[in-house]
Amino acid sequence: MLRFILKRLLLMVPLVIGISLLSFCVMQLAPGDYLDQLRGDPQIRPETIERLSQQYGLDKPKATQYVLWLVNALQGNFGPSFTYKIGVFEVIMQRVYYTLLLAVCSLIFSWSIAIPMGIYIATHRNGLADRLMNFVAFAGISLPGFFVALLAMKLAQQTGWFPVGGASSPNYEQMSWLGKVRDTGWHLLLPVLVLGTRGVSGLMRQMRGNLLDVLSENFIMAARARGLAERGVVLKHATRNAINPLITIFGYELSGLLAGAALVEIVMSWPGLGRLLLESVTGRDLYVAMGAFVMGATLLIIGNLIADVLLAVTDPRIKFS
Amino acid sequence: MSEQLLQVRNLQTQFFTDDGIIKAVDDVSFEMARRETLGIVGESGSGKSVTSLSVMRLVLPPGRITGGEINWKGRDLRKLSEAEMRAIRGDDIAMIFQEPMTSLDPLYTVGNHIEEALRLHQNLRGDAARQRAIAALDDVGIPDAARRIDAYPHQMSGGMRQRVMIAIALSCNPDLLIADEPTTALDVTVQAKVLDLMKDLRVQRDMAIMLITHNMGLVAEMCDRVAVMHRGKIVESADVNQIFANPAHPYTRGLLRSIPTLDSAPKTPLPTLDWQPEPHQKEQSHLVEIAPRHWVSAWAA
Repeated sequence: MLRFILKRLLLMVPLVIGISLLSFCVMQLAPGDYLDQLRGDPQIRPETIERLSQQYGLDKPKATQYVLWLVNALQGNFGPSFTYKIGVFEVIMQRVYYTLLLAVCSLIFSWSIAIPMGIYIATHRNGLADRLMNFVAFAGISLPGFFVALLAMKLAQQTGWFPVGGASSPNYEQMSWLGKVRDTGWHLLLPVLVLGTRGVSGLMRQMRGNLLDVLSENFIMAARARGLAERGVVLKHATRNAINPLITIFGYELSGLLAGAALVEIVMSWPGLGRLLLESVTGRDLYVAMGAFVMGATLLIIGNLIADVLLAVTDPRIKFS
Repeated sequence: MSEQLLQVRNLQTQFFTDDGIIKAVDDVSFEMARRETLGIVGESGSGKSVTSLSVMRLVLPPGRITGGEINWKGRDLRKLSEAEMRAIRGDDIAMIFQEPMTSLDPLYTVGNHIEEALRLHQNLRGDAARQRAIAALDDVGIPDAARRIDAYPHQMSGGMRQRVMIAIALSCNPDLLIADEPTTALDVTVQAKVLDLMKDLRVQRDMAIMLITHNMGLVAEMCDRVAVMHRGKIVESADVNQIFANPAHPYTRGLLRSIPTLDSAPKTPLPTLDWQPEPHQKEQSHLVEIAPRHWVSAWAA
């Protein structure tokens, strides 16, 4: 298993380099660079701009720029951020923390609601809950995430129960350890609810469908014929078999979640990777944008790897190779 | 004959579909003695599988047992609570299915399946359960049982999986084994081995077998008595040699004619079973005894 994981991680390297090249090219598609904004400012002397241009390596040919970045990046130096005046790595790691916090909490939220609900509505098919959840699920899938985020913001603003955007209170730094956790949790609640609810709808429908499929399998009838109670049949045999395909979805879901998180981050001003990416692209902060692209891709690949490992652990038919 | 084990009287099982009511089992009565092997034969859709599922009370919605009695050792199974019925399933009456490839949960070891039955009915756990499970696998001729107990279903062939199914079924020493087309999905040599195993175990374990099949060769080899089903009704029932020697019902005769032999001309279609009761005969489908222990539908007698 360790060999499998190492192999997958090694295969990741060329993929990530390819993605960085692609993101570099995309960034070059738009004319001009970060310094053009400064050039328009009469307060800044041309010498200063010249100096910055040399310092950031923007005066060199494009190909050289990329190769220089890559060589530095492989040594752990992802270049400077033009806007934040600090290293890209520092900027990104902080954002990754917030994005992962949001994504993981949403995942836990949506799975812990969707799986039991899916089991319930599958075993009470065509009951009141099934019909109701069917309606709710389609509403949840159809409503755009940013719109739900806006509604949530409106709710927060009207009631004052939740903070309107952001990830921490102004006096966060003065809080105790426990106070910080509580403050983050309080800020996290609405974004997780918005992002997680979308996941619940789809996942619940999937779980219902999978479970109904599994319940018609022969081994389910065989388990009943052994004298196992229906509860045991559903929980021990049917649920495990129904969840397995969802683990594959988990890998893909992570990518959808990162994309969905970007929208929620932007609307609810959550300081995550998605928002950083948007800011860096519009602000032409080249190295931050590349770093954010690379980090997003890395998270996605690692997410898929985790899903593959999980599946191999839970399903004896799947071997590492 | 000896002591009665199972008496099914006027059993009716119906499926309530959007297109109307389907009488899958329609007024079926039969009896089984201890150690007796009863073959239930008939074409697909004749109601033989639903009959066996009804005895186990495992008919799923939209199907429902709507009438009759299922007397098991003097108790009417239809009157038992679900919990009482569960205590009988897998313990007194065990069942094996047509599809060994899909009858085991792919996520659990074969040992786990057997231990599940032992835990439910024999209250065995841990090492005691494991030892009994190994013994059960050994009994059905699985080589190296102590190691194979930790195998997953996908690591076994179809024949081995059917042996595992039999081991599960027999682990709690049932009095009746319901075998629904137990060899249909297996290839011929494996079929013969599984049949031999069932014959040996029947003697060793002193149990009755309800064999559901459309294979008349299997019936001849295994069964003491035969019930022929057609459209949810038993049209003829008799001792096995009576059925083959003196089939009284036109449908039974048709069934026997359709057995291919080595002399059958190649590429000629098998005779079709086109017998249908006349419309006015449908209502009077009680059985009459035309010879000792040989019953036939009234209209055909």
